[in-house]
Amino acid sequence: MVSDYVEKVIKQHQNKKTALISILHDIQKKFSFLPEEALKKVASTLSMDINDIYGVATFYRAFTLIPKGKHSITLCLGTACHVRGGPKILREIKNLLKIEPGQTTGDKKFSLDVVNCLGACAVGPVMIVDGKICGEMNPFKAKKVIEKLSQNKKRERVI
Amino acid sequence: MIPKTVNIVIDGRSLNVEKGKTILQAAREFGIFIPTLCYAENLSAYGGCRICIVEISDQGSKSFLDTSCTYQVSEGLVVNTKSPRVVRARKMLAELLVASAPNVKIAQDLAARMGILQVRFPMEDNRCILCGLCIRMCYEQMDGKALGFMDRGTGRKVSMPFNKRPETCRLCRGCDYVCPAMIAPCPGVKDPGELCGRCIRLDEIPNCCPNGTFGCFCDQNPL
Amino acid sequence: MRRIKSLSELERWRQDILGQRAQYDTTIYVCGGTGCQAYDCQKVKAAFQREIKEKRLEAKVSLKITGCPGFCERGPLVTIQPQNIFYQKVKPLDVPQIVSETIEKKRMIEHLLFEDPKSHQKFARASDIPFYKPQMRLILSQNELIDPNRMEDYVAIGGYQTFAKAISKMSPIEIIEEIKKSGLRGRGGAGFPTGKKWADCRKAQGDPKFIICNCDEGDPGAFMDRALLEGNPHLIIEGMLIGAYAIGARQGFIYVRHEYPLAYKNAELAIKQTRRAGLLGQNILGSGFDFDLEIAQGGGAFVCGESTALIASIEGRAGEPRGKQIHTVEQGLWGKPTNINNVETWADVPLIIQKGSAWFSSIGTEKSKGTKIFSLVGKVKNTGLVEVPMGITLKEIIYDIGGGPKDGKPIKAVQTGGPSGGCIPASLFDLPVDFDSLKEAGSMMGSGGMIVLDEATCMVDVAKYFIHFLQEESCGKCLPCREGLKRMGQILSNITEGKGDEKDLILLEELAEVVADTSLCGLGKTAPNPVLTAMRYFRPEFEAHLKEKRCPAGVCIALIQYSISEADCSGCGACAKICPTQAILGEKKKAHRIIPELCLKCGSCKDICPEKAIMIQ
Repeated sequence: MVSDYVEKVIKQHQNKKTALISILHDIQKKFSFLPEEALKKVASTLSMDINDIYGVATFYRAFTLIPKGKHSITLCLGTACHVRGGPKILREIKNLLKIEPGQTTGDKKFSLDVVNCLGACAVGPVMIVDGKICGEMNPFKAKKVIEKLSQNKKRERVI
Repeated sequence: MIPKTVNIVIDGRSLNVEKGKTILQAAREFGIFIPTLCYAENLSAYGGCRICIVEISDQGSKSFLDTSCTYQVSEGLVVNTKSPRVVRARKMLAELLVASAPNVKIAQDLAARMGILQVRFPMEDNRCILCGLCIRMCYEQMDGKALGFMDRGTGRKVSMPFNKRPETCRLCRGCDYVCPAMIAPCPGVKDPGELCGRCIRLDEIPNCCPNGTFGCFCDQNPL
Repeated sequence: MRRIKSLSELERWRQDILGQRAQYDTTIYVCGGTGCQAYDCQKVKAAFQREIKEKRLEAKVSLKITGCPGFCERGPLVTIQPQNIFYQKVKPLDVPQIVSETIEKKRMIEHLLFEDPKSHQKFARASDIPFYKPQMRLILSQNELIDPNRMEDYVAIGGYQTFAKAISKMSPIEIIEEIKKSGLRGRGGAGFPTGKKWADCRKAQGDPKFIICNCDEGDPGAFMDRALLEGNPHLIIEGMLIGAYAIGARQGFIYVRHEYPLAYKNAELAIKQTRRAGLLGQNILGSGFDFDLEIAQGGGAFVCGESTALIASIEGRAGEPRGKQIHTVEQGLWGKPTNINNVETWADVPLIIQKGSAWFSSIGTEKSKGTKIFSLVGKVKNTGLVEVPMGITLKEIIYDIGGGPKDGKPIKAVQTGGPSGGCIPASLFDLPVDFDSLKEAGSMMGSGGMIVLDEATCMVDVAKYFIHFLQEESCGKCLPCREGLKRMGQILSNITEGKGDEKDLILLEELAEVVADTSLCGLGKTAPNPVLTAMRYFRPEFEAHLKEKRCPAGVCIALIQYSISEADCSGCGACAKICPTQAILGEKKKAHRIIPELCLKCGSCKDICPEKAIMIQ
């Protein structure tokens, strides 16, 4: 199944080596991480060394080789968000979820990531929750979001 | 057919050097010493350790530092291998290196050569200096394509893909051979006249092989 | 969508589009940029669609979702034409009133107009608002007229005509001469003369040649390129078409960082549309010129904004830079001559070719021509994107356009140039902003990020922040950057915790010098700038941390204590409710107090206290 999907994605990108990063993004979107099998298939289909693909997959922060949690929280720590109190929000989230950025909670409910500037600086501090941009965050709002998501069974708009 | 040459100056000496050579190659040709770490003559130049830096002025430009192993000679180049700026920089680089890898002999050697008497940073204990020689050996000379850099920044490591030895690795031990960190600090002989034979293998060695040894000492080695 | 084969067909298309538009007597422009998305502009758009449908106004009222007009602080932004009314902070609930009052009855809604906080004057026209008045929005002004997903909007304002005229009436050399004469310098930060770069690439040996648009905009706080590529992708494509023709390139790439999904989506669609229109591909406009564009995506690496690392990324490798002795214009992508320019640089090209180099070089200063877009963010009232002529002073940008300090605390400094730049103190705000003036002060203009810092910002913390950022983003290839930045970060962390002494400052400076001198690429070479400028202009703050174990700005957690002023506290209990560790005790209507051992110093209580009774020491 993984192999077939990877073949499909690579074909969509016309088997171009220049599309390697885009291909990896598409694979990760489907499986929420980059499975070893997928990377091996990419290497063989594009005639590249698995070693180089592995290097690329571990070099870029967007990729993960470990499965992500159900809800993804990405906090921006760019300069503008930083001066508007970004670190305080990070501390609150770390306190609540008991994980570090890049990790997933034990119950696989939440994954936390930090990113260096999403380009929405004027509405900072910014947090992306399950793909939705939330501006003007603070520790209190962040706590509310996480509490609501913990309770929800289905994906509802909580902001 | 005489190859084209250029005139350059290294440490005040005018030299006539073949075009296409690097400053380091030119210096070695004329017996001028520049310390190196991640350079090996039979492998491509990497420019990662920055130890071989020299002060360069290209066609009268404002002088700058760059690695002699990668910088190609050109007409009118003026190079200084021991200027105060170079020495100051090299000393700090050596201090940073030895603070990161104090149990790697070559790091200690470099620090000693640079006259470092104190390390002002909290010491770590890395056994790999990330020179990349093993990777280049694997790719360029032995065609193994089994080793590579993973992650980036301070998390950068030499590893095999997914921490498993790929089929392309033939256990040639070329990585072993070129690794500058693979030398044990000499513990000294205990009795006069004793041959200890220890200076060949390190007890704990740079660990990029998933089995914990450099792919050579483990049971999976059919040799 | 139609296939265009000549300049006259392009003009005919434009006339047809304008003719189709004549039926509408009102057009509503709603900003759809990423900033406004955070303010739920999608709901505003949906509300308008509903209202227009309900009132059966589809034939008379046109609704457009546009690119970012720049005043992000006041989003969602809605402009009504032809009345030229600018509404800000529009909520979905306001929409029915807008349709009935403004569109049907032609009346303004007062509370949606921008009101100047000091004079309380209200402004109906965007161009009168103090934020917009001093600006010279040569490029950004197009954003508010265009729906980035509709090529027709770009064609309607004369899009692609400059390229069509250039390719038929000018030779590649003539185009390069015009760019040279205009004085255009790269807008990505380095400020290299664009005309010279193009000329060098044209001259270089090798085929095929490539051109690349660098939209990796990694500087935290900068989002000019995002707004441009998201809001007006066709402008960039036209610039690249002109460039490719001038340089002799047949293939181009737009490298978009992964964190800009909307820019990626809009640019990809724009390329598809342009291809269908016959303006990308083979034998464009019958001239024999072939050129096509591809989008390459980033993977989350700041270092990939550096030219050689960007090229490595497109080649499918890790973003490791290489030495710059061999220029990318001679040996770039796959060893072929490659010309890389920033998004804003490409955006300036059609304008220069259309209006002429003499016009462009009449704007700006002697060595820095034209306008520059800045992202003004941080502790300033009016945050957003501003486009101003080069040479304008920092003071004018921060106070006239920016409206001065946000929280009422005096402005202390402005950080320009991102992690490669530095902090400029308020005493130097009379400096003109251009490529060279800020360099003397130790900073640089950079790609345009301008982060305003006030008294509540700790400069040691800012220095620490930038070093940690760069440490995170370093590729790790060279020793000085990988190890040097780590050690600088450790020293700065220690200072913010009150550990260390004077010797650490000397060591920090020594490290800074060596990292700048010996690093392989620009990331390492410029990494020490924020630290060095912070130490140069704000040394007393560093010394206060070291000698007095005190953080004057009240930021560094290990050195501050939160307490409640008995005199000011009304006993409302809001702080106690919000405190995550229940560290605040007190009875109703009586002064509360904070238990120091439980206090996390998260600041939630300070944010919520209505009496401003929470103090930091």
